[in-house]
Amino acid sequence: MLEAFRNNVMWIIFGSTFSVLFGLLIAVLADRSSFEKLAKSLIFLPMAISFVGASIIWNFIYEYRPEGQTQIGLLNSIVASFGGVPQAWPQWVAVAPWNNLFLIVIVVWLQAGFAMVLFSAALKGIPEELMEAGRMDGANEFQVFFGIMLPYIRGTVISVWTTIVIFTLKIFDVVWVMTGGQFGTHVIATQFYRQSFTNRNSGFGSAIAIVLLVAVIPVMIYNLKQFREQEAFS
Amino acid sequence: MSGQKRQKQFGKFLVNLTLLILVLLWTVPTVGIFVSSFRNRDKIDTSGWWMIFPHREWQPVRELDPKALGLDPNSVMTIEGVSGTFEEFRAGIETPDGKRLTWIGNKRIGKLEVQAQVWAVDWDFSLDNYRQVLGGQDFEFKRPDGSVEVVPGDNMVNAFLNSLAVAIPSTVIPILIAAFGAYAFAWMKFPGRRAMFILVVALLVVPLQIALVPILRDYKALNLNGTYLAIWLAHTGFGLALATYLLYNYISGLPRDILESAFIDGASHFTVFTTLVLPLSVPALASFAIFQFLWVWNDYLVALIFLGGNPEFELVTQRMAAIVGSRGQDWHLLTAGAFVSMLLPLIVFFSLQRFFVRGLLAGSVKG
Repeated sequence: MLEAFRNNVMWIIFGSTFSVLFGLLIAVLADRSSFEKLAKSLIFLPMAISFVGASIIWNFIYEYRPEGQTQIGLLNSIVASFGGVPQAWPQWVAVAPWNNLFLIVIVVWLQAGFAMVLFSAALKGIPEELMEAGRMDGANEFQVFFGIMLPYIRGTVISVWTTIVIFTLKIFDVVWVMTGGQFGTHVIATQFYRQSFTNRNSGFGSAIAIVLLVAVIPVMIYNLKQFREQEAFS
Repeated sequence: MSGQKRQKQFGKFLVNLTLLILVLLWTVPTVGIFVSSFRNRDKIDTSGWWMIFPHREWQPVRELDPKALGLDPNSVMTIEGVSGTFEEFRAGIETPDGKRLTWIGNKRIGKLEVQAQVWAVDWDFSLDNYRQVLGGQDFEFKRPDGSVEVVPGDNMVNAFLNSLAVAIPSTVIPILIAAFGAYAFAWMKFPGRRAMFILVVALLVVPLQIALVPILRDYKALNLNGTYLAIWLAHTGFGLALATYLLYNYISGLPRDILESAFIDGASHFTVFTTLVLPLSVPALASFAIFQFLWVWNDYLVALIFLGGNPEFELVTQRMAAIVGSRGQDWHLLTAGAFVSMLLPLIVFFSLQRFFVRGLLAGSVKG
């Protein structure tokens, strides 16, 4: 069980951080590129794919054949062509717990599009004069980004981040389909499923569910506070 | 000035290049599965899908008979200017003029092939995989040695129809209830209104895992387990908080004077709701409908728990997961099946992307 908690912490930290970072990077780049619409559509596309579908897609990337045979998985093929040793990446127990990262990548792939759409909309809301003024004062693009854009969209960054945190907290399908929790990849939700429905140990399972609930309470309180502040409800 | 201009152009180029790399990274996984779903079973199994791109490949030019040349496979053989043992010839030895000599077959009745490197593309596409994953029959494959291997297909058509039967009501029911609820929250005064809405906001982030075991128990008592009604109700419950919240945000923002003038003319709440509010809320209803539809279609956990015991009602996600579990190496089924399962979401997604994005921006994120 401790392993599941540790893995879930990894999911939350790496999953949310990389989704937000990639989402932000792509949103900023797309805004200045010559093919914004197409790029955004393609990055956003995985949002329509189920976790089960995504698991198949990534299983194919990670597909492993013993060394010396023709690799049909893209990652192992690249590794082999550079003279490396092919691996069954998510099952690579020797590097545990870091083999979890090969599963986390899948969620980053799915969620970066979500982050990008929200960031993109927020970035478009920044008044052009604000950034122009910064540039006039001699700020370079990086300074404009960190000094003006990022503080301006802070609220969006926080809400996207918390959304993905909650999302990764409950992650189930990817792990269940890819590894079934073997090879040291169990997370809270897979343990919950295993205890409640496979082991028929519903007391234990319910306890895990309560842990999940307790974990989201801070976000719930934050949401309620936001709601009260806006007070759109009269 | 021109230096500055050039710097700007270079910056733009760099932006485009980085974005292009990222887009490729994001697209390649899906493309790989898509391309593979049209390649035949043996090809998927023995070569990477990127062989559809032009690449250098060894192809036989002519054959040599080792016996006629008097070669002894048990010692070092010398032919066409290269020499090596049997094992080395088996792996292939390159000659000085860029050809390759490869021993095909075993020591006694083998032959030597002279191969040359040529540009090749592997463009042998067909719909066979789709036929097999949808057809549900056995299919025969010829092995290279001529024998026949029978491989069972899969029956995704059933799962596809089941998924439709689950997804459509599970989208319509919560929208109907939530629209009524949202209207009441926005335009009617009743005791406990505020407290109830705060509850809705709080429920937005509650993980659905918390409710699974109790609901399953209730269903058992009501004898609902493994039925469509069970999963419709479950999805309705899980989607309702978000639906109510979203629709409330939209409906409460409708212009006050239109509704008030209707009330002054003596319209009842029900008339106002059906003739004014519903037609005006179409964009919000559409955003949520798309969201809920994709969510239900792609859901695995809820289906696993409430329909899991009933193989007749297996959904596409369950079917795919089952194939991964039992036939994880049958890539010809997995690739085609994955696309069958993605077809509808992708169509919905591309045709209604506008509404989907609008829904996301309005806070369509589910707990």
